[in-house]
Amino acid sequence: MLLLLALAAAGALTRIEKQGELRWAGDLQGGEPYVYRDPADPARLEGFEVEIAQGLASRLGVRPRFVQNDWSNLLPSLARGDFDVALNGIEDTPAVRAQASITRPYFTFSEQLVVRRGFPLRTLAALRGHRVGTLASSLAHAILRTTPGIEVVLYGGQEEPYRDLALGRTDAVLLDSLIAARYGLTNPALELADPDVARGTYVAAVRKGEDDLRDALDRAFFDMDARGELAAIFTKYRLPPQPSGPRETVAEPTARFDLAQAALFLRGAGVTLLVSVVAMALAVPLGLLLALARIYGGRTARICAHAYVELFRGTPVLLQLYLLYYGLAPIVHFDALTAAILGLGMNYGAYEAEVHRAALGAIPPGQAEAAAALALTRWQQLRLVLLPQALRTALPAMTNDLISLLKDSSLVSVITVVELTKQMTITAVDVRSWALPGLACAALYFAMSYPLARLAARLEARLGLPELPGALQEAAA
Amino acid sequence: MSIVRVEGLRKSLGPRQILRGIDAQVNEGETIAIVGPSGGGKSTFLRCLNGLTCFDAGSVGIAGFTLEPGTPPGAPQLRHLRACVAMVFQSFNLFPHLTALQNVSLGPLHVRRQSADAVRERALALLTRVGLGDRGDARPAQLSGGQQQRVAIARALAMDPRVLLLDEPTSALDPEMRGEVLAVLRDLARSGMTMLVVTHEMAFARAAASRVWIFDDGRLVEDGPATEVCDTPRSERGRALFAPG
Repeated sequence: MLLLLALAAAGALTRIEKQGELRWAGDLQGGEPYVYRDPADPARLEGFEVEIAQGLASRLGVRPRFVQNDWSNLLPSLARGDFDVALNGIEDTPAVRAQASITRPYFTFSEQLVVRRGFPLRTLAALRGHRVGTLASSLAHAILRTTPGIEVVLYGGQEEPYRDLALGRTDAVLLDSLIAARYGLTNPALELADPDVARGTYVAAVRKGEDDLRDALDRAFFDMDARGELAAIFTKYRLPPQPSGPRETVAEPTARFDLAQAALFLRGAGVTLLVSVVAMALAVPLGLLLALARIYGGRTARICAHAYVELFRGTPVLLQLYLLYYGLAPIVHFDALTAAILGLGMNYGAYEAEVHRAALGAIPPGQAEAAAALALTRWQQLRLVLLPQALRTALPAMTNDLISLLKDSSLVSVITVVELTKQMTITAVDVRSWALPGLACAALYFAMSYPLARLAARLEARLGLPELPGALQEAAA
Repeated sequence: MSIVRVEGLRKSLGPRQILRGIDAQVNEGETIAIVGPSGGGKSTFLRCLNGLTCFDAGSVGIAGFTLEPGTPPGAPQLRHLRACVAMVFQSFNLFPHLTALQNVSLGPLHVRRQSADAVRERALALLTRVGLGDRGDARPAQLSGGQQQRVAIARALAMDPRVLLLDEPTSALDPEMRGEVLAVLRDLARSGMTMLVVTHEMAFARAAASRVWIFDDGRLVEDGPATEVCDTPRSERGRALFAPG
């Protein structure tokens, strides 16, 4: 601790010289052209930012060392001291300036509007009332949010917005020129509608208070620029030409956690509840069907049901959602909400199948015998005698699963459904604080799950067989 | 006139022979007490009569139906037979999620498809007959063992069976509760119900049964009027069972 304090006092530059390396962070998941593994030699990193980091480090007289960090957490990790500089397509926005000290911009890009070839609406203003895709928490997202009447569809990866655009799930995509050039305009079905909706710049970020490091990096950038090194790197990685000429850069609106945000949260909670409850309403009968097939079915039915359960339990639900929404898109065209409900319902169906199977197995065999001896049909035995008892046994486990599903439903944000957790993330970035949105999010989850648990407990009590030793003794007496 | 006729009934479980060729018949209105040591095949024999256990060879004719060897317990054709041949189990097997009244009503409502009002009236009458007219709304867990078994008997009677099979109806009960169940059974026997009762209650067998069968090691070793079998048993097993003191 003392050592750290001493180092901090001595300045960031001294520290870096001492450690002999410049620790810079990015996210390999962002992929080409930023920083990615060389496909021929996965031990080697490639990307224009790798070369920029090399140029910066050599000017500081040290070696560069890459630190992998999730993109959306680059700045918090920087503040924690996990590395010296964040260099990974960080846009110069007030949100970034609030959290870190930034260098001079090293790359200028434009926000570009891409549409399906021949689509008549070609400006943001014209797209009022339409669905426009973008990446969550990007500059483009900030622009779209302040454009009235546009329904924003949020994605987590760079490729998916353009895929959904081609499929007609959205009518336009607004993203920066790097992403548009690499992932959007490579699709012949898409074309550029507005090449310069707004401008933004990439900057490197260092911890607040480490101005000596920031100044050194600025000098290094200046030098690289003056010698044409930066331009050479950008050409090598085929980055789109940087727009020139004056054009105001957009100022990201500063949001506050106000009533409008609270309304968005309530909407997100509504989506979470809708997705969870409907998915569960799907999972319970599906699971029951699977359990019955496994217990009473013929050989084929048993094998199929068993295979279903193992397959859906044994693979990540995230993957299943992806397959359902993107993989099946050429065959079946689900909208995001339907795919979310179907995906979670089918996945949880596998779990419910096991719950029901266990509950049916826990019924003493004498029950089925007594029902058969009463001349009830197979179906009547199930409906009148076995299932009512099994459902009662299964109820606590099903409640448990529903509450778990309530929170698992946050996974559906990967297929563009904005539910409570996603809304929390978006708001947190907007208002530059996790505290209040996080608290509101947790409170809303609790406000949904607790009544569900109470409801289930009451149902349990009502269906429950009153175990009253008092009554028993009284009756025996 | 015989309502049950069994010929050459055989049943094995793996290498173990449970029933080694049973021939027997029961006349309408008779009460048969089936006695003998545990493992002698009594319960298996009883369960063969309504198809809950399938047998390997021989034939069973009961209430106008004929059972073939190897018929699985879930076979749909067994339902017609079971609608006429009711069973009472050692462990009652009442449906715990239903009230006593609902337990008794289930068969008539869903198998006989009688009207709800008629079923309810009849079920109440049956509960009253077994001395539980005031416990119709109780769940099985709220009843004592003896009361549960009496509800189970009422449930069986609700189907208006031609034959009533009872598999050790008092064995799971405390001694002080056996009396109430046996009283119901004696009453039934007097009313002319055809019954086959697997039991260890020798006094009941002697007093209430028209005939007593002794099962031993998969065979029917003695078959005769109750007083005769109980007082002057011919078989060794019978002498051991009814030995004075």
